[in-house]
Amino acid sequence: MTTDKQDLKAQLIADFQLAEGKLNGAAKSAIHVTRQKALQTFNQLGFPTTKHEEWKYSNVRGLVNQTYEFQADSSLTAEDLAQLSIPNLEGNILYFINGVYNEALSSIVSPASELVLLPLAEAIKQYPAVVEKHFNQYTDQHENAFTALNTAFSFDGVFIYVPAKKVVEKPIILRFITDARQANVAAQPRNLIVVEKRAEVQIAEAYRSIGEHSTFTNAVTEIYVAEEANVDYYKVQNESDQAYHIGSTAVYQEGRSVFTANTVTANGGFVRNNLQIKIDGEFAEANMFGLYIPNAKQHIDNHTAVDHAKPNANSNELYKGILKDKSTGVFNGKIFVRQDAQKTNAFQSCKNVLVSDEASMNTKPQLEIWADDVKCSHGTTTGQLNHDALFYMQARGISKDAAKALLMLAFAQEVIDKMRIPSIKEYLEGLIIEKIYQA
Amino acid sequence: MLTINNLQAKIGEKEILKGINLEIKAGEVHAIMGPNGSGKSTLASVLAGREDYEVTGGSVDFEGKDLLDLAPEERAAEGIFLAFQYPVEIPGVSTTNFLKTAVNEIRKYRGEEPMDAVQFLKMFKQKMAYVNIDQSLLNRALNEGFSGGEKKRNEIFQMAVLEPKLAILDETDSGLDIDALRIVAEGVNKLKSSENATIVVTHYQRLLDYIVPDYVHVLYKGRIVKSGTKELALELEERGYDWIKAEVDAQENSIA
Repeated sequence: MTTDKQDLKAQLIADFQLAEGKLNGAAKSAIHVTRQKALQTFNQLGFPTTKHEEWKYSNVRGLVNQTYEFQADSSLTAEDLAQLSIPNLEGNILYFINGVYNEALSSIVSPASELVLLPLAEAIKQYPAVVEKHFNQYTDQHENAFTALNTAFSFDGVFIYVPAKKVVEKPIILRFITDARQANVAAQPRNLIVVEKRAEVQIAEAYRSIGEHSTFTNAVTEIYVAEEANVDYYKVQNESDQAYHIGSTAVYQEGRSVFTANTVTANGGFVRNNLQIKIDGEFAEANMFGLYIPNAKQHIDNHTAVDHAKPNANSNELYKGILKDKSTGVFNGKIFVRQDAQKTNAFQSCKNVLVSDEASMNTKPQLEIWADDVKCSHGTTTGQLNHDALFYMQARGISKDAAKALLMLAFAQEVIDKMRIPSIKEYLEGLIIEKIYQA
Repeated sequence: MLTINNLQAKIGEKEILKGINLEIKAGEVHAIMGPNGSGKSTLASVLAGREDYEVTGGSVDFEGKDLLDLAPEERAAEGIFLAFQYPVEIPGVSTTNFLKTAVNEIRKYRGEEPMDAVQFLKMFKQKMAYVNIDQSLLNRALNEGFSGGEKKRNEIFQMAVLEPKLAILDETDSGLDIDALRIVAEGVNKLKSSENATIVVTHYQRLLDYIVPDYVHVLYKGRIVKSGTKELALELEERGYDWIKAEVDAQENSIA
């Protein structure tokens, strides 16, 4: 008897062969060999179950028990898009609809001397050396079936290249929209970001889904941060209750570079974000900030890992969660400090508020330290809104609901304040306020 | 204004208020005194509506309304104000933002238009002068890192802004040096009128040098065991509470 679970896997493998047939000569390219190997890995690993340590609290059964249309056509009209627009958005804005780059909707404003922005498929042709040097070098594809799956299907996504010493003035906003109004759809964007020496750039990935059907997003972004480069990275999720989102961001940092990730999940039925940073140079700095506000039966899982391979680097992590209704959350934060990485400073903090008696949160900090001269700290807290503070506010005439909202907003503010792209910050603040006040 | 009739309350299984009777009219200042653990702060909390206490009997009428029927925020909107013994620190919420929300929620309850930013600014400036409070304090997160004196001054500032009909000052003198005490008392006195009333809950007489009560009640074992005028407070200052305890205990024993 075949189960549905095998069906999605079988569907994907058949799809791969179909896609491969369309490649003609490109099927022999180095990158395609990588894809073929990744498919084998995916085939061997299969979708994870809760028996897998990394997936203990996140059950993907609901995701794999369905089938999806890949690269589905979308009938999104200009009107639909206007409704999905983010106000005051300025910069280079790239649209991906159901995983497919849409050039007509996109606008690139930065000069070509400052920034190369291309669909990945195009970049493979135009910048083969850069792509081959960095593509699939930083991911965890040997352990993660979803990453392997994404790699096998790495036909679309964005390639961002910032040449040495260029400071990209305007942010890059990648908008991934899945349109599930007609049927279940899936998208597997694959992004490669290469920021050369002393260059600076701000990049946001914003995910949005519409429609009542299920969506499956399996996104992978690789970021190479060269010496003294500075990358400010955002991942913003506002997807439906029927959305499954598995995303991995893998970062490789050279010496004296600064990388900051802000991961904000306002909505999404089932979300798993992996953030992996390897610090492979001295005096580098990695910042990881996150905020998640699940409600209803939403499930939001953040797995982060920072790997200190060289001395004198700092990492700083702050994740905050507000869990409403029957929602569930997971935080797993790994810090590795290798034997060479003396004088490492690594700080991790994860704070959660359960607003409902039925919400739950699983937190697991994991520190593995082989060096002896380091400063590392971690702390996780999960509690409720301060009872005395609520009464204090009520005693001043503020209703219990309004008092709760004020406290939640104050709790979230610390992470919101880290955001540096004004339009993204404003957009997120709006989403967060809406989510907090939602009954 | 306020009529408390045979009020009884407990926390968990512990009975704390065992039948309080008290009548307060507009324009009056009542001091509630008593030894530690007598139920003074419980009475203040029950009047403000703290949910930790369960009211097991009696009634409280506030201007014709059954106070015990109202949620804490409704009591505040009706004109009850509790100045906390330990004002709560609320990180991330500025005092001004907090008060704007409070004022407009109360106005909404009363069916009044919300105040705008300009009106707030004007009103805050005027009220700040009352309690000698600095603008910088109001921009900071509510009570966070405030000294004892700053917290209490902030309470009185909030009272000035909300203009309650009945203010309940719960051990407002605790943790204050004499200068801070004077400033806080001056603020309270300025806010006093023939339209409003004040309940001063205190262990010591010294606050009553500055806020002079019309009536003094002594609470012991959950009941008001003695009432008098301000002279009673002076007597307590001189003789302590032991003679009252002895009186009450003797009476209880004779009944038993």
